[in-house]
Amino acid sequence: MKKLSTLLAATAIATLMAGSAWSKTLVYCSEASPEGFDPGLYTGGQTFDASSRTVYNRLVEFKHGGTEIEPGLAESWEVSSDGTEYTFKLRPGVKFQTTEFFTPTRELNADDVIFSFERQYKADNPWNKYVAGASWEYFAGMGFPDLIQSITKVDDLTVKFKLKQAEAPFIANLGMDFASILSKEYADKLAADGKMELLNQQPLGTGPFTFVAYQTDAAIRYKANPDYWAGKEKIDDLVFAITTDAAIRAQKLKAGECHIMAYPNAADVAELKKDENLTVLEQEGLNVSYLAYNTLVAPFDKPEVRKALNMAVNKQAIVDAVFQGAATVAKNPIPPTMWSYNNAVEDDKFDPEAAKKMLADAGVKDLKMKIWAMPVARPYMLNARRAAELMQSDLAAIGVTVEIVSYEWAEYLKLSSAKDRDGAAILGWTGDNGDPDNFLDTLLGCDAVGGNNRAQWCNKEFDDLMTKAKATADVAERTKYYEEAQVIFKKEAPWNTLDHSLVFVPMNKKVTGFVMDPLGIHRFNGVDIAE
Amino acid sequence: MAVAEIKTATPPTGLAEFWFYFSRNKGAVIGFAIFLIILVLAIFAPWVTPHSPSAQNRDVLLLPPAFAAGGKWTYFLGTDAVGRDILSRLIFGARFSLFIGLVVVTLSVISGVLVGLIAGYFRGRTDTIIMRVMDIILAFPSLLLALVLVAVLGPGLLNAMIAISLVNLPHFVRLTRAAVMSERTKDYVIASRVAGAGTMRLMFLTILPNCLAPLIVQATLAFSAAILDAAALGFLGMGAQPPTPEWGTMLAEAREFIQRAWWVVTFPGLAILITVLAINLMGDGLRDALDPKLKRS
Amino acid sequence: MLRFIFGRLAVLIPTFIGVSIIAFSFIRLLPGDPVMLMSGERVMSPERHAQIMTDLGLDRPIYIQYFDYLVNLLHGDFGSSIVTKRAVLDDFLQLFPATIELSLCAIILAVALGVPAGVLAAVKRGTWLDQTLMGTALVGYSMPIFWWGLLLVIFFSGYLGWTPVSGRISLMYFFPPVTGFMLIDSLLSGQAGAFKSAVTYLVLPTIVLATIPLAVIARQTRSAMLEVLGEDYVRTARSKGLSPFRVIGVHALRNALIPVITTIGLQVGVLLAGAILTETIFSWPGIGKWMVDSVFKRDYQVVQGGLMLIAAVIMVVNLIVDVLYGFINPRIRY
Repeated sequence: MKKLSTLLAATAIATLMAGSAWSKTLVYCSEASPEGFDPGLYTGGQTFDASSRTVYNRLVEFKHGGTEIEPGLAESWEVSSDGTEYTFKLRPGVKFQTTEFFTPTRELNADDVIFSFERQYKADNPWNKYVAGASWEYFAGMGFPDLIQSITKVDDLTVKFKLKQAEAPFIANLGMDFASILSKEYADKLAADGKMELLNQQPLGTGPFTFVAYQTDAAIRYKANPDYWAGKEKIDDLVFAITTDAAIRAQKLKAGECHIMAYPNAADVAELKKDENLTVLEQEGLNVSYLAYNTLVAPFDKPEVRKALNMAVNKQAIVDAVFQGAATVAKNPIPPTMWSYNNAVEDDKFDPEAAKKMLADAGVKDLKMKIWAMPVARPYMLNARRAAELMQSDLAAIGVTVEIVSYEWAEYLKLSSAKDRDGAAILGWTGDNGDPDNFLDTLLGCDAVGGNNRAQWCNKEFDDLMTKAKATADVAERTKYYEEAQVIFKKEAPWNTLDHSLVFVPMNKKVTGFVMDPLGIHRFNGVDIAE
Repeated sequence: MAVAEIKTATPPTGLAEFWFYFSRNKGAVIGFAIFLIILVLAIFAPWVTPHSPSAQNRDVLLLPPAFAAGGKWTYFLGTDAVGRDILSRLIFGARFSLFIGLVVVTLSVISGVLVGLIAGYFRGRTDTIIMRVMDIILAFPSLLLALVLVAVLGPGLLNAMIAISLVNLPHFVRLTRAAVMSERTKDYVIASRVAGAGTMRLMFLTILPNCLAPLIVQATLAFSAAILDAAALGFLGMGAQPPTPEWGTMLAEAREFIQRAWWVVTFPGLAILITVLAINLMGDGLRDALDPKLKRS
Repeated sequence: MLRFIFGRLAVLIPTFIGVSIIAFSFIRLLPGDPVMLMSGERVMSPERHAQIMTDLGLDRPIYIQYFDYLVNLLHGDFGSSIVTKRAVLDDFLQLFPATIELSLCAIILAVALGVPAGVLAAVKRGTWLDQTLMGTALVGYSMPIFWWGLLLVIFFSGYLGWTPVSGRISLMYFFPPVTGFMLIDSLLSGQAGAFKSAVTYLVLPTIVLATIPLAVIARQTRSAMLEVLGEDYVRTARSKGLSPFRVIGVHALRNALIPVITTIGLQVGVLLAGAILTETIFSWPGIGKWMVDSVFKRDYQVVQGGLMLIAAVIMVVNLIVDVLYGFINPRIRY
């Protein structure tokens, strides 16, 4: 009998749902299953699309389609003159979502903000280890544990962050996904019910969309949040159709099974552009792919050898063969969409003859080297093997013998950091927050040698500029430092900068209001479907 | 008795008889012919291919086959994403596939027969332990086990071959053991034993030759299955690694072009199908020729 | 009979312990480090790395880890995914119905087409029909199904647009899972068109997964039939003037089916192996795809728990087949 009633209830819910299924539904073909729904625990873009960009908000937000910061849940903020105290005024009257699994009784206040951050670094916070193996990757990765002195509640709508030292990119960091604001009231209730793990399965925030259900590895369902502080969305339902194969995503888009798709194969873009029902948005991604020499190992310790090798590689050919043209050749270590990009820098010209001569002048003969090719596709490098093969044949033309090596991905990441690495490694970076510091200092600073600095390159002049740029909040001044740093980088050539990939978002022509984000996230607020 | 017939039927008449039955099966002969062609192409690959399998012609990326619009006769089956000739890569790929089949069959037959002989001849506790281990291997779906094994050993052709040999092992062990168990009580074995033949002699010279027929048939099946499994591993990214022109790996690399360039997807798969089909046709013929029970009917 | 079943169960236990040792040690031997992958390109500091290893209990001696694992297994705890932090058993139970549904449909299709094809070929032995059927069966048997699936997708979904590309049901339909089987759930939901939608999503993956079992069953049925048709009792029945339909349908087929049923049972492992490829191609949210993804994500716990659960399923199914075989074939006495 009980079974029957469950069944009837299920049918009743289903019928209700069926009614809404015909309302305005946007289907997005996403590229992977979310790792979970607590954005603090994860690093995957698909997870952020599915949690922080739909369900949650942050104190500050990246401007839709840009990397500039604008107010989010904080209406305004003040920075102390020494740059170590940030005081945020919260937006009044922000409601948390009402769902089938939780009904909030109060609006957003300072406790929620403090809870959202403290769970990520206070070991004694009950939420610090609320799922097996919880670790707060981005919080740690952005250096927050060593940066934050304290977070205090001034009043219900005012929060103060005290930092251990001035950090110019701090505000940009607060716009990142891990800094999403969760409901303390919801968390308290889950804790009281002894179901803490649900925080990671049934997210509840202040964002534009309310979580409805997740069908493992198949679909995620949301509906528009009627109480959203910036106004209810125009679409009623949002569905993420998880489709891991890019070719199949493209097929589904063409067949009308979804309205927007993530990450098409570069090879399919031309075909998709031809389809009269579709439009394809494109934008330079906030990324760079590079070949990092090990500047600690002879003969790659000589800038002229590195430059000669750079000149021997036809980078346009890599763009054509690996990206089918869907990328631009890189000359700087930061992408052109980022502020302080130095367009005056000139790239090493592709000139095998001159390269050969430079090598001979440097006294290098019969050079044998290894090129490390990543085993996985990343947005900045779709097929490192193929790129390595192209470089191999280019370098053979100037008499350099290249052996291509690869390792399992985790192993690759680890081994490529080693100071005594044998060979040049292909790798890349996707920007986290749109700040040049996030590329230049993170990847090329002296502190990062043996870590993220895969070239193991430590240049005093360059490093001083990084330190100076971090200490000031004045963007014009910082721009000057970063531009200069790019000149030094090019002169010293620790990397061969390979490419910045283009990111495409193919979508149905009926979709309006979708804007691409340089940070590689997919946001659906403001999107509508024309009838 | 049929069994006795085989035993006495030594080389000259045996081979003739074998060919008599084998050639009656037209499919088997066709399969054999195709197999020979593939074998010859594979052996003489460097001389028969129009291009080097790794030469990249950057002027002709994703060129369609000659018989399709826009194709060129110099690239009969078209080119791939970096301008390599697909036909040449397929011919070189035949080398890998046949090599994989050969290595896997050799490895699994030798070790399988050895273990099976031991289990079947000695019985008792040895037998129990061996068969339990085989049960454990058989408890996993073969491809899944191979996949995890390759992940453990590291992706690559050699490791893929080792993994596939291992998952093939139980079939040979079981087959040999069953055959040995049915043979060891037969009169001729007992006679040899009474005549003072040693264990080794009994196992390898007396019993083994009489279990060969089913083993040969199973080996043929394993040969084609190994090619399929290796291609599947390559397809999943755990087999031969690019730029090796292994067929499954080529397919995996080609997957992103299924919208745009059907030929990079179609031909490697077709090559796998034709090769496996030819070997299976031969296998059927072999079974007809070697299986005394079917011979009668 | 009961003694036989208990005997087999007793054998299952050491086998299962063997399986657990293999699954456990494989995973410890996997190169690469799941903790390293947590932070992607950003390098993790050694201290932090060590801390997380401790948190996950991965720094303890192997035999202690194994012992803990066994104890947890007895409590039905197969560990939690390192990536998603969800319980392995929960994910398995959620995804397994999708695989069962696909496999059942495939085996039904394979039997429904394979047995008649085999019978027909045997009866018409040596004719063009026999040759065509068996030729087709051999092609099916030799098929690289991952390629076959791609071809079908290109043709039926891409070119003709008849079938959807991937998934289990149109996203227009949404209902809470009751049984986990989409065909049943869609009927229960009462939503118009839901069942039809579920069927169209199921067609291509079913065909792909059924291909090899279909070929095997057809070939096996044919040779079993041939053998039976040559037996004395069939000849007798024929000479007595019974209609050929009755001879074949009642006398011959019933006996011929005995080895065919064993073959069908043996296809379970084949099906699960095939499901790995089929599910990968069609983004079918079942355990095959789940395992492949987990292997690539280095998700230790999932690969380990998944291997055990899948092995357990296969062992139980094999046991059931053995028992069934005993019922059907009265000649076997235990």
